[in-house]
Amino acid sequence: MSGAEFVPLSLPPLLIGIFAAIACALPGNFLVLRRQALIGDAISHVVLPGIVVAFLVTGIVATWPMMLGAAGAAVIAVVLIELIRRLGRIEPGAAMGVVFTSMFAAGVLLLEQSDTSTVHLDVEHALYGNLESLIWLDATGWASLVDAEALRNLPAELPRMAITLVVVAIFIAVFWRPLKLSTFDEGFARTLGIRTDLLGLALVITAAVAAVAAFDAVGSIIVIAMFICPPAAARLMTNRLEHQIAWSVLFATASAVIGYVLAGYGPLWLGGQDAVSAAGMIATVSGLILALAALFGPCRTRNGAPQQG
Amino acid sequence: MFVDALLLQLGYNATLVAIGATLLGIAAGSTGTFLFLRKRALVSDAISHATLPGVCLAFMVMVWLGGDGRNLVGLLLGSAISAWIGLLCLNWLVQHTRLAEDAAIGAVLSVFFGFGVVLLTVIQTMGSGRQAGLESFLLGSTAGMLWADAMVIAVGGAVAVAMIVLLRRPMTLVAFDPDYALARGLPVARIDLAMMGLVMAVTVVGLKIVGLILIVALLIIPPVTARFWTERSDVVVLLAGLVGGFSGFVGAAISASAPNLPTGPIIVLVSFGCFVMSLLLAPGRGALAALLRHLRFQKRVHLRQGLLALAQGQPIYEALTLRLLRRAGLVRPDGVATELGRARAAKALRDERRWQAVRSDRDHEAAAALYDGLRDIETVLTRDQIAEVDRGIGGPKGVPA
Repeated sequence: MSGAEFVPLSLPPLLIGIFAAIACALPGNFLVLRRQALIGDAISHVVLPGIVVAFLVTGIVATWPMMLGAAGAAVIAVVLIELIRRLGRIEPGAAMGVVFTSMFAAGVLLLEQSDTSTVHLDVEHALYGNLESLIWLDATGWASLVDAEALRNLPAELPRMAITLVVVAIFIAVFWRPLKLSTFDEGFARTLGIRTDLLGLALVITAAVAAVAAFDAVGSIIVIAMFICPPAAARLMTNRLEHQIAWSVLFATASAVIGYVLAGYGPLWLGGQDAVSAAGMIATVSGLILALAALFGPCRTRNGAPQQG
Repeated sequence: MFVDALLLQLGYNATLVAIGATLLGIAAGSTGTFLFLRKRALVSDAISHATLPGVCLAFMVMVWLGGDGRNLVGLLLGSAISAWIGLLCLNWLVQHTRLAEDAAIGAVLSVFFGFGVVLLTVIQTMGSGRQAGLESFLLGSTAGMLWADAMVIAVGGAVAVAMIVLLRRPMTLVAFDPDYALARGLPVARIDLAMMGLVMAVTVVGLKIVGLILIVALLIIPPVTARFWTERSDVVVLLAGLVGGFSGFVGAAISASAPNLPTGPIIVLVSFGCFVMSLLLAPGRGALAALLRHLRFQKRVHLRQGLLALAQGQPIYEALTLRLLRRAGLVRPDGVATELGRARAAKALRDERRWQAVRSDRDHEAAAALYDGLRDIETVLTRDQIAEVDRGIGGPKGVPA
């Protein structure tokens, strides 16, 4: 395929997919190790009432109010889960289930009640996004990448996702040691004077930021898959956290690229005419990678990790 | 309108939906209880999301065979098969790899759902006008429900309830103490699978009414709600069924009474309302009861300490203690003890002295263990024993000049 076709049509969605996948996979490593993997699931459900309320308040489909609404809903959900868990002395999984399903139901109800027929705001969109539509019409070929005029009309999701990825990466790099310590041995981390509770909250908020930024571009389904599948597959490859993160970034990138290509061109190879959902395909590919890691990964079993040295 | 709906006077379709939703709620609530007690509530989330590819594949197969593609029984069969495969994947990941259950749940949930979305877009491009309506399985759709659909839901719900009645004892045992059940020789793995099979059945039956994203709520919220009211597992199962059935019925009625009120979300929100009420108001485990207990305890501590301070002639600075003493008529507004206050203070001090004697006496070891600084000694010792203790202490000593 020539640059004239690839750069405007495929490069932006591909990059957005890769950035979103990595931004979710990075905090996902810690969430999986801390057994909080389903936080991503909960956040991606409560995003819906957040964006609906933001739309009802502002009356427009604009990015920033919706991101704020989604982030606000995520924070409310986290607080509610904690509150219900403490007040009712309920196990965290059930408390989470109560909160995110109810908030999602409230979101669907609000959406049905309000007049959103004139705007593009629906449940399906929030679930599986619309990666394929994020095209860069001003680009004419590879040369456009250095053309300031054309760059100005890049899809807004691309720089936003890139910034989110940088923010997430910086958070993890800055808090690397305390995060690692508190993930593996919370008691020991506390004796060193690390505020593990605040750190845990910061991690969840970082995950929420990544989820909210990503859902807008690629939909909830990729967010959940990328929080869990690449880190889980990476966990089966190695015993070292540094290597695990590297593997997870590799897996996330591979899922995004292979998934996007398969969604766009797979049906053509099979004789079909239309592309299938890229978000769904990326999630599927990440699942296949996890399945391969679970079947052949060197550190897949609990006690069967190879001895080193 | 709402009352009409409650009384099933709102027409054929609304009545069908209300009956179906009630049965579904009962089945889901009682099934979910075992899942909740087993601390695997979110497994249902993975199961429900894993139904999507099955629904799509069943549709494609039925169209390919030249059928209608929207036959509910066929779609439900497909969803059951793919949910079962998802469940087996989940169990395999937990048992054969080092991944924890939550990661396995999330992986199965997202991958199956993602694959289902891919299949949905494939169906959209199949070009036949018949594809409309598969998205309705995401959030449920009760509009245009047929008698046959309602029958499928009713029969499915009834079978699930019957299975619970049959399996309730082994499932309760496994939910509370799997190790003990294993030692008793029960096939724990198979009972777990049966439990999950029930969850799957409820999920599949509920696809039409509440949809696959919200069915989780009907499996989790009623048991959590019921748990507030009782400590007995069989009562929790019953209550959860009741809460589920109530939510289903009232939710369906509300949604039938006005336009733009989707059934599934309304049912979920009704059950969430029940949950919030229980969280606040339930005796014993409720938040309000806990608050009252705390306030009562605080009052007793303050009164007791205040009386001891009065008896020993120490000044009281604590505002709450003073207020409580004043309200009980034990001190005057200027902080000086009343007649009653002096008597009660003397009694409190004497009780404290008695407790001291009891606690230093080996013979009263059992009674001494009950000392917590608040308990009245009369509730622990008989009158004779107290008299015995008093003889050891001796009568009032002369007041020092």
